[in-house]
Amino acid sequence: MKIWVYAEAEGDAPTTATLELVTKARELGTVEAVYVGTNAAAVAPELGAYGVAKVFAVDAGESLAGVMGAAAIASLVEAEAPDLILFAQTYDGRDAIARLSVKLDRTVLTNGMTLAVDGDTVTVGTAIFGGNTLVDTKFGGEKPCLAAIRPKSFVAEPGGAAAAEVVSVGTPDAGRGAEAKVLETHVEEREGPKLEEATIVVSGGRGIGAAENYGPLVDELAKLLGGASGASRAIVDAGWVPYSKQVGQTGKTVKPKLYVALGISGATQHMVGMKGSDNILAINKDAEAPIFSVADLGIVGDVHKVVPKLIEALKARG
Amino acid sequence: MNVVVCVKQIPDPAVPGELESDHTLKREGKLILDESDSYGVEMALQLVDKAGGGEVTLISMAPNSEVSGLRTALAMGAAKAILVSDGALAGADALTTAKVLAKCVERAGGIDLVLTATESTDGYTGTIPAQVAELLGWPSLTFAKQVDIDGGVAKIQRQTEAGYDVVAANLPAVVSVTAGVVEPRYPSFKGIMAAKSKPVDEVTAHDLGLSDEAIAPNQTITTVAAAPAREAGEKIEDDGTGFEKVVEFLDGLKVI
Repeated sequence: MKIWVYAEAEGDAPTTATLELVTKARELGTVEAVYVGTNAAAVAPELGAYGVAKVFAVDAGESLAGVMGAAAIASLVEAEAPDLILFAQTYDGRDAIARLSVKLDRTVLTNGMTLAVDGDTVTVGTAIFGGNTLVDTKFGGEKPCLAAIRPKSFVAEPGGAAAAEVVSVGTPDAGRGAEAKVLETHVEEREGPKLEEATIVVSGGRGIGAAENYGPLVDELAKLLGGASGASRAIVDAGWVPYSKQVGQTGKTVKPKLYVALGISGATQHMVGMKGSDNILAINKDAEAPIFSVADLGIVGDVHKVVPKLIEALKARG
Repeated sequence: MNVVVCVKQIPDPAVPGELESDHTLKREGKLILDESDSYGVEMALQLVDKAGGGEVTLISMAPNSEVSGLRTALAMGAAKAILVSDGALAGADALTTAKVLAKCVERAGGIDLVLTATESTDGYTGTIPAQVAELLGWPSLTFAKQVDIDGGVAKIQRQTEAGYDVVAANLPAVVSVTAGVVEPRYPSFKGIMAAKSKPVDEVTAHDLGLSDEAIAPNQTITTVAAAPAREAGEKIEDDGTGFEKVVEFLDGLKVI
């Protein structure tokens, strides 16, 4: 089976989510990548080290990467005939798979957490109802199959170790889609590790009471533990923190060594994104909150009382 | 300016979900407006107001002529709705849904802007905004956390992993908005009364010119299984020393 991975990078390094997909794809068949960006030559060696044989490099100009990536893939599919195209469930990955599904008139399976190939049949596994139910869905219709996989579903491991050949495919015709242009890029300062890659995640929910409490409770504890701060959907919807911090079904999946839930009740929407953590600590004043059903340690108490004392105790330890 | 908002009517997310024997989502009882869509409705109302003219049209696909969620959005101030209710669309995948919604945008006519959420709360495939844009042949500005329309150009702050990008495109365009982008208004009593008589244009897939072939599903659920349950650990009441228990726990994990 010939598998394509829609590769993304940060600077010259492929993202972890990309390398996870490449690692999985390597088990299932031969792997090639499509990369949108002008630095493909710099990104290709690491992709090669994970088993990518060839990188199709797309120049998006000022246009959105996913839109241009989809147009490029659509123009290559007939000649190259990939059987399966994998995307990470990311902002650009979602733009790309959506646009491509229309261009090729193919169904999509997204939010995948498992991937299996049996002969010609491709099956994607997803979790629904807060991760309580697992559903496998197989593709019908013509190849290629289009699937988006949630980051952290597979473990990235080098292998294959071939040099990846870079094939430039230029700038495709994306019609009016190309009119969406990136005018400015703003990088927000982040202290500590990335949310999806942190070994410790501290998240806040409605129980923290107000937007201004997020810093002193959630950020502060995350910083002391060397972790990243996250959030439940409720406080993202309320506009307290940006969408990029959201953990859960419609946000990110995290699997840290330790997940700390502060004032989070544990709606199914949230649980699906953090149930895979090695250890879970929950502090919530509602003793009946569902979060306690998955917590290794649950403190029934007010986060405004427990967390400041905890922060003080951790600081005292130095 | 005329704005279409794609809205989904979903089972109450607070009630545990269930599947029917054909693996489609059980939709018993009243459906409600997906909260994710309330941001798009509010944004649309504000943009039309700012433009000094035009109206907001809702489009929705739902079984059994369901309008309860639409009435909520009409009560917020939308002018009218197109509802696609058709048994042939039960279990429709995201691409089929996008085809239906794109046809609704064309049916509405003279639309400058289509607003959507980034994904629905129940199905959350998360591809509809860009699929609708591609079907219409329009640019898409996705994951907007701020939206400005000026002189026929839509400019947004697009959420990224590292922060945000400022992205702009000429209208007509599709914009997907993240939750929290605006504060959705509560419908007023007057709004609720007015919503009862606002027009809802109910159509089928055939009315929209979509053939059976165009809406045929191309994916099949093969298995449904319960996920392994996670055991609950120790739960203690805080008596003022709960933090000590936490320190002990963190110590045991060797994270401090």
